[in-house]
Amino acid sequence: MNESAALQATPLNATHRKLGAKMVDFGGWDMPVQYKGILDEHKAVRTGVGVFDVSHMGELVVRGPQALDLVNWIATNDAAKLKTGQIHYSGLLYEHGGFVDDILVHKVADDEYFICVNASNQDKDFAHIEAANTFQATVENAGARYAQIAVQGPKALAVCQKLTATDLAPIRYYWFVDGEFAGVSARIARTGYTGEDGFEIYVRPDEAVAVWEAIFEAGAEFGIIPCGLGARNTLRLEAKMALYGHEIDATISPLEADLAWMVKLDKPGFIGKAALEEQKAAGLSRKLCGFEMIGRGIGRDGYEIEIDGVKAGWVTSGGPAPTLGKNVGLCYLPIANAVPGQKINVIIRGVAVEAVTVPTPFYKRAK
Amino acid sequence: MYPDNYRYTKEHEWVLVEGDTGTIGITHHAQGELGDIVYVDLPKVGTEIAQHSTFGSVESVKAVSDIYSPVSGEILAINDILATAPEKLNADPHGDAWLVKVKLKDLSEIPGLMTAADYKNYIGA
Repeated sequence: MNESAALQATPLNATHRKLGAKMVDFGGWDMPVQYKGILDEHKAVRTGVGVFDVSHMGELVVRGPQALDLVNWIATNDAAKLKTGQIHYSGLLYEHGGFVDDILVHKVADDEYFICVNASNQDKDFAHIEAANTFQATVENAGARYAQIAVQGPKALAVCQKLTATDLAPIRYYWFVDGEFAGVSARIARTGYTGEDGFEIYVRPDEAVAVWEAIFEAGAEFGIIPCGLGARNTLRLEAKMALYGHEIDATISPLEADLAWMVKLDKPGFIGKAALEEQKAAGLSRKLCGFEMIGRGIGRDGYEIEIDGVKAGWVTSGGPAPTLGKNVGLCYLPIANAVPGQKINVIIRGVAVEAVTVPTPFYKRAK
Repeated sequence: MYPDNYRYTKEHEWVLVEGDTGTIGITHHAQGELGDIVYVDLPKVGTEIAQHSTFGSVESVKAVSDIYSPVSGEILAINDILATAPEKLNADPHGDAWLVKVKLKDLSEIPGLMTAADYKNYIGA
């Protein structure tokens, strides 16, 4: 057996190949990184509409009379505040305060929570939650039951509305409904990983191809195009959305990652709470910030950062921001330097190139 | 697609030899593999470069790729348009978007490079 045969494939794999996508191994999944080109795909999402196959993402379902207690024990945000049909971003932490994963928690009912997790983390997340489950609740590793298609961009609403009788306009950002979409049962969430308006549609895997095709038919009048993981990355970077393995991992806390807003230290205990309280009391030593290149060059993932010739941090994600026409990035810096306006040097292939920290997000859509 | 009067490398560069001057670029295949090119880093005029050694880099949205020189020599000129219009490398890699011109040091390096037919065979074109 060759290596590529071991890769996991989404139900849309053959569709991507037919469309001429360039495929890559993404955390063990055979995924499209681009179709025609990342810049065109990026622009389509910012100005029109683009579609992503994100079926590799994992889904966990927590059910039972103590479903809320389990979710609130394993995650940082306060799920008690969620109303049925509402979604929030949250963190799954280790006792020491580092990330197991970042997640989206959907409240389906008082006794059911649907959690979207990162593809390559889903088995780890499932085991982590199972191990912490001393509650009257069950956890299902449900990734195999769902395909997920993200329709993103200012025209996403118009495209999706053609495919469902459910009135989509009243669904607010980070809310969802269950309804019929392109003739099949779907979970329709107003979420995304692009910084743009849009929907993430969860359907059965065996219905994914038909739904994908229906979306393209509906979107033809809006110039809809398929978009790969390359554009997904440039879009989320502009919007400063964290990527596991880059901005966050087991060694990074949500306070350091500038995600304190999704940590509710005033709620009852959760895994990692004590470590975060301790870190908060002691004061952070480093924090995530954004930077723009001043000198010629692109600061990329993993490059070192120096301040006054001394190693100060590293780039977590960096590259061109096509909407802004600048080269930007996110980086960890000592807390004293983690403020906008700090001159830094990014070490690009052995050469120190000037950059400056800037406020984030780099891009914010007009509401 | 691949001019017969160019010679090619396994790292997907080309060189056009005219007298003792070599013009160096990357191939159409290379730009296709890279995707949208957003940055080109080239050495200064006067720099000595060695055959099969890296002398610069090309960056797409996603990644950085080293450029290896097909020949040894001294840089006579760099293509200035690439500093402001790196996307030309996607549009015309065998023509207007050449990278550098060099004064060739050793003409005996040339026959060891792939011909257009060899290269097309190499990339399966």
